[in-house]
Parts: sequence; C-alpha cells; structure tokens
Amino acid sequence: MQIIQYLINGISIGAVYAIIALGYTMVYGIAKMLNFAHGDVIMVGAYISFCVTNYLGAPAWVALIAAMAVCTVLGIVIEGLAYKPLRGTPSLAVLITAIGVSYFLQNAAQLIWSSSPKSFTSIVTMKPISLLDGQLVITGEVLVTVAVSALVMVGLTLFTGKTRTGKAMRAVSEDRDAAQLMGINVNRTISTTFAIGSALAAVAGVLLCSTVPTLQPTTGSMPGIRAFTAAVLGGIGSIPGAMLGGILIGIIETFAKAYISTQLSDAVVFSVLIIILLVKPAGLLGKQVQEKV
Amino acid sequence: MLKVEDMHVYYGAIHAIKGVSFAVNEGEIVALIGANGAGKSTILKTVSGLMHPRSGSISFCGQDITHTDAYKLIRTGLAQVPEGRRIFLQMTVQENLDMGAYVNKEVSQKDLDMVFDYFPRLKERRKQIAGTLSGGEQQMLAMSRALMSHPKLMMLDEPSMGLAPILVDQIFDIIKELHKAGTTILLVEQNARKALQIADRAYVLETGKITLSGTGEELASSDDVKKAYLGG
Repeated sequence: MQIIQYLINGISIGAVYAIIALGYTMVYGIAKMLNFAHGDVIMVGAYISFCVTNYLGAPAWVALIAAMAVCTVLGIVIEGLAYKPLRGTPSLAVLITAIGVSYFLQNAAQLIWSSSPKSFTSIVTMKPISLLDGQLVITGEVLVTVAVSALVMVGLTLFTGKTRTGKAMRAVSEDRDAAQLMGINVNRTISTTFAIGSALAAVAGVLLCSTVPTLQPTTGSMPGIRAFTAAVLGGIGSIPGAMLGGILIGIIETFAKAYISTQLSDAVVFSVLIIILLVKPAGLLGKQVQEKV
Repeated sequence: MLKVEDMHVYYGAIHAIKGVSFAVNEGEIVALIGANGAGKSTILKTVSGLMHPRSGSISFCGQDITHTDAYKLIRTGLAQVPEGRRIFLQMTVQENLDMGAYVNKEVSQKDLDMVFDYFPRLKERRKQIAGTLSGGEQQMLAMSRALMSHPKLMMLDEPSMGLAPILVDQIFDIIKELHKAGTTILLVEQNARKALQIADRAYVLETGKITLSGTGEELASSDDVKKAYLGG
C-alpha cells in the first residue's frame, strides 16, 4: 500500500513539474531559448500569493490571480529588456543572460522578502480523503494539482491547435522567416509566449508551495531545473511531452527518495535523463521531422 | 509598382548586392536570372523586408518600404514564395493555408476554393501533414499559401528548384494563369530558359550587379545570355 501512496505523491509533485515544464517547452519551442530564469518566476509568483493572502487577507483565488498577473507582466518585461535585444546573437549569449536574470530575481527577492523562509499557507482548503482505513491518503492538494495540470495541458493543446494566435505560435516555432512573410509579428508572438509561460509559472509556484510549504528566494531554482529535465525527457517543444516528462520525473524523484536515498534523488533523476537521451535523443515524445527536397 | 534604386546589401562585411536598380510595373512578369550565388535570393529577401539594405531605396505602390519589417509588407499586397518553399512542415496543409490567410483574420471558403481550383491535389490532402507531401506538392502549397493574402505582387524564389521537368512545366503554367488573373509576378530563377519564355522583361544578375536587361525575347536571343545561361 505504501508504494501506491508514493506513486500518488509522485504524480502530484510531477504535475507541478509538468506545469513548469510546459512553460519551459513553450518558450523553447517559440523563442528557441532556454529561459533559466523560469524557475525564479515561480518563486516570485509564490511570494506574491503569500503577500496577498497574509498582508491583505484576500482569499486564495484572488492571490492566485494576483500572482498570475504580476508574473505575466514580469515575463513580458524580462523578455523585452533582457532577451529581445539579443535576438540574432549566438544562443550562448542568451543562455548566460538567462542565468543572470535568474540570479537577479533571486537576489531581488532576498532584498524584498529577506532570505528567511516563510511558511506558505496552502490555498487548498479541501479535507484529505482517506481510503482503505487510512492506509491511503489523498490530500486536496494532490487532487487540485493534478486537475489543474491536466486542465492546463488540454487548454494549451486546444489553444495552439485551434486559435489563430496559437497557430501563429507554431508557425514561428517552425520557421521564423516564413512566419514573418505570412504577416505574423514575431516579436509580439514571442512576448505572448513569455506571458503565457510566466502565468503558468505563477500557478505552478502557488501549487508547489501549497504542497511543500517552505518559501524562500531559492524555492523555484531546483524545481525549475527538474522541470527543465522533464521537458527534455519528454521531448522539448512538445506539450504532451512536457506533461509526461513532468509526471515521470515526479514519480522517479519520489521513489528515489523513498527507496534509495533522499540526498541522491536528484542524481537518480538526472541519470534517468542521461540514459533516455542516449537511447532517444529527441526525448520520449519529441518529433524529428525529415525535410523533403 | 515595385521600384528598387541603387540598393546595396551586406552580409556582415560581405558586399552581396552592389547597387542594384530595377522596376516591376503593374501587370508584368519580370524575371531575375543569374547563376547560383549571384545574389538573386538576397534581393528578394531585402525587398520582402527579411533583410534591410545598407543604402538605396525600395518603394512599392508609391510607398517607401526600404526599412519596413517583413510582417507588415504582406498587408500592402506584397507576398513572397521563398526559396526552398519554407512551408510549415509539421502543420497540416489546411493550417498552412490558414497561416497564409493570417492577415485576413479569417479563412474564407472562397479563397480556399480559389487555391484548390489552381491546385486540386491539395484539396485531397487538406488534412495531411505538410512534411509528408512530395516536393511538387510542397511547391504548390507554398504558392497557395502566398495566394491566400490576395497579393498584388507575388515574388517567387526558384519555384522550379528540385522538381521534375513535368512538374516545372505545371508550375510555370500556373504562374502564367495567376498572371492572367491579374497578379503581377517577380520571378527569380536559375532555370533561365523557362523564366525567359514567360517573362515580359528580365534582368541578368552577376555577382551582385545587374549586367543586362531587356524583354524576355531579347535576352533569350542574346549571345551572352545564351552562352552563359542557356547552354550555348
């Protein structure tokens, strides 16, 4: 029974990674860059939610919307100030800038909120469900996290598949020049992508801290890297890939913590990534389309 | 309609286009011929705004477009079918056409019927992923996609590249039809023989400069052109 409990917990944390990974994957697919500051946007989202509930006494849903709004703006500003001027430069320059933005956000958070951990109050008020005489416990957080993450995936799939803006995003992701020739404003499309990715990061931040209630300036960092691993594992650029990768990483991490060692859990996660990339370099669901001449 | 004057384009330090001037009048088919690397595609990319000239000017329908970004130009009636087709390979045929109609906000059935009229084969393949089409079908899709925006001037970059002779004939027939239906055409081609057959006027480009110009017939019978581009 214990093993099923671990599985449930793994899926739950994995669902959070999946939401983060969706942001990574969208930005990578469209802007062709790894936004290593993505994890820190999560942390900002969590702090905003924390402040709105604790200092303003607002209900959870207001806090969530506030966090999403702030992160959306933050994402657009980061992209416009830090990444847009580097369009067309070698990708290494953008990568280093992203790492710089990541440190900037962490240090700014330390200045504003100090480095001492805050205890985050879960936004979920639902009572845990006990199954089989209390042998299995499913918390409200687990249910909400899994449901939100599934909703986000379905929503994004519909958005990129059916809407004009969503299709334009896929066009930019495939061929930036050709997309411009269709009249698509590439800069605006990239900006929109950052906005969506950052709003998702805020959701992920609130859910993450509802599950693991310690909030500090480095809170987003490791989950961000694990989610990045998840995106690569599932096939970076692919929406279902990010979802699958996230859940898998969550499960692997939880099992590694339970059966191998808490300290080594990240090592196990990254080993799995290395093995999968050796066997399937494009990731589990990554596509490799051959071009015909 | 399109007027390019003393245009200079650089790739970093490389002076690729060295003072090119040419014009396309409404209702014409104008061809730009020349060897590989002469700068034909660079000229088209600069006209369509994907690149910008260091000096010189480009105007379209009386409007200065020298520094206009590519995504704005299609709204003025200038469409480009780029070299190598550049269709969206992971999207379906229908979605590629949707993108062609991006500036129209909505895809009208009338426009779809129009392109399927030119290219019936695409109609059968509407739901298919574009990457699975044959080379000829991909060229047809690239042209259809450009047509969706109802361009006044359509610029085609090497439409015959990599296609079997029978398909090349088909593509050129359709270019003639489009022209008859009122679209002005600027055609860049390595296949000089085919291009000169349908062109009203043509320019010969050599290492970034225009060296000859005249009507399609004049150039086709010129000894220089025959020797250099038509195999003697």
